[in-house]
Amino acid sequence: MKKYLKPGVFLLSSIPFLIILYKIFLNKLGPEPVKEITHFTGEWTLIFICLTLSMSPLKRFTKLTVWISFRRTLGLFVFFYATLHLLTYVGLDYRFNWSPIIDDVLKKKYIFIGFAAWLLLLPLAATSSKKMVRLLKNNWKKLHRLIYVIAIFGSLHYIWLSKTIFFRPLVYLIIILVLLALRIKIKNRNINYG
Amino acid sequence: MKKFKYSEITPEKIYKNRRSFIKSIGLGASSLAISTIPFANKSFANDRDKLTSYKDITTYNNYYEFGTSKSDPYRNSQIFKTTPWEISIEGEVEKPIKLSMEEISEMFVSEERIYRLRCVEGWSMVIPWMGFSLSELLSKVNPTNKAKFVEFESVYDPAQMKGQRYPVLNWPYNEGLRIDEAMHPLTTVVTGLYGKKLPNQNGAPFRIFIPWKYGFKSAKAIVKIKFVENMPTSSWMWASPREYGFYSNVNPNVDHPRWSQATERIIGEGVWAPRVKTLMFNGYGDEVAGLYAGMDLKKYF
Repeated sequence: MKKYLKPGVFLLSSIPFLIILYKIFLNKLGPEPVKEITHFTGEWTLIFICLTLSMSPLKRFTKLTVWISFRRTLGLFVFFYATLHLLTYVGLDYRFNWSPIIDDVLKKKYIFIGFAAWLLLLPLAATSSKKMVRLLKNNWKKLHRLIYVIAIFGSLHYIWLSKTIFFRPLVYLIIILVLLALRIKIKNRNINYG
Repeated sequence: MKKFKYSEITPEKIYKNRRSFIKSIGLGASSLAISTIPFANKSFANDRDKLTSYKDITTYNNYYEFGTSKSDPYRNSQIFKTTPWEISIEGEVEKPIKLSMEEISEMFVSEERIYRLRCVEGWSMVIPWMGFSLSELLSKVNPTNKAKFVEFESVYDPAQMKGQRYPVLNWPYNEGLRIDEAMHPLTTVVTGLYGKKLPNQNGAPFRIFIPWKYGFKSAKAIVKIKFVENMPTSSWMWASPREYGFYSNVNPNVDHPRWSQATERIIGEGVWAPRVKTLMFNGYGDEVAGLYAGMDLKKYF
């Protein structure tokens, strides 16, 4: 039973990708398809960030270690959807026409912070293998705390691109802040009992 | 009394065929031959003058009174009551007047006006509106010599307009033009589209359309037109003065803080279609550039 869990998580995590492929090739994206793909992949990146950050609190609340074994898969899907999101913008929308893209990154703070978040994902994706975990030892944990920064950047990216105050972008920020706050509690408790 | 150039029942397909036929003749016999071969007329796909489909025009709208998602206006406006409707023209005028929609449609003859709509979000449509110049309506009053601007106030009715129950913008929706902009023949009072009555989600019963400005300048469901001395503060200027200026002329050289305005996506062109370059004044520079002679359009954005 346990050995099916990880492949199961992998399959479930690829469903959004299959949905967007289906929509692209069956023309189900509405009048502004490129924007639709951009929003879809962006939103799923944020959802996977939240899922990844939920694993260690879940371990604590359920006292089951199995959650931690999903973290790598979920984290890599963050990178996967973030990369699709970036490629949609750079490739599909702007046709690798670099000058307006560079202009956007430098002038528009939501694009700047979004791009920064993606860059920060690179070292995490590159050091995700078991071998790297062993190799980096304690530094691996420190390095992978970057996901906290990435999560904040990701939610700010969404908030800053919205036209007026919308509910959805705020929801992501709140969820992420709660998930991060849960971690601070863990630390305090350690100090108290330690 | 002929209000519409085309019959109200002209189906979109016939309407479009007629247009493409006329266009083919204009392009010469060779293109007529090409355009009649199925799939060979792909070259037309990027034609920026091609009419946007009735479906896209009427189901993909920014109309926050009915909700902030693009599909909300179509969904939430169907039971919106547009009769009776009265437009009040007031403010710095010698004699304010009130006109009912019936009076307006009897007084003015609507004609077909095909204009490009460029949204500030970076997409565009080509819409066959029905309407007449706002100047015809405004000439029914005599502005005092204090009058410098025209303010447009949209209806406030949160019972019927869901979106107005939330402080997304400061309701009622407010827009404004300089008098010379309002009197320009391209500034249109819209009464219909595709030869049909104007649908609720597109701003029925009375909206304006200013083809050389970003879409949000073209206020919908207007109830009050007011001549004023000072530059009005529009709803979007209230929301974010840094992002939305009073003029809001389509200008590829002045970026919105969050979007580049150099290019746009044509609605309905599909997922593989590239962006096209945005034109100064949305392509209406020959007609309107004179209104802004000597003005720094980066400052007066």
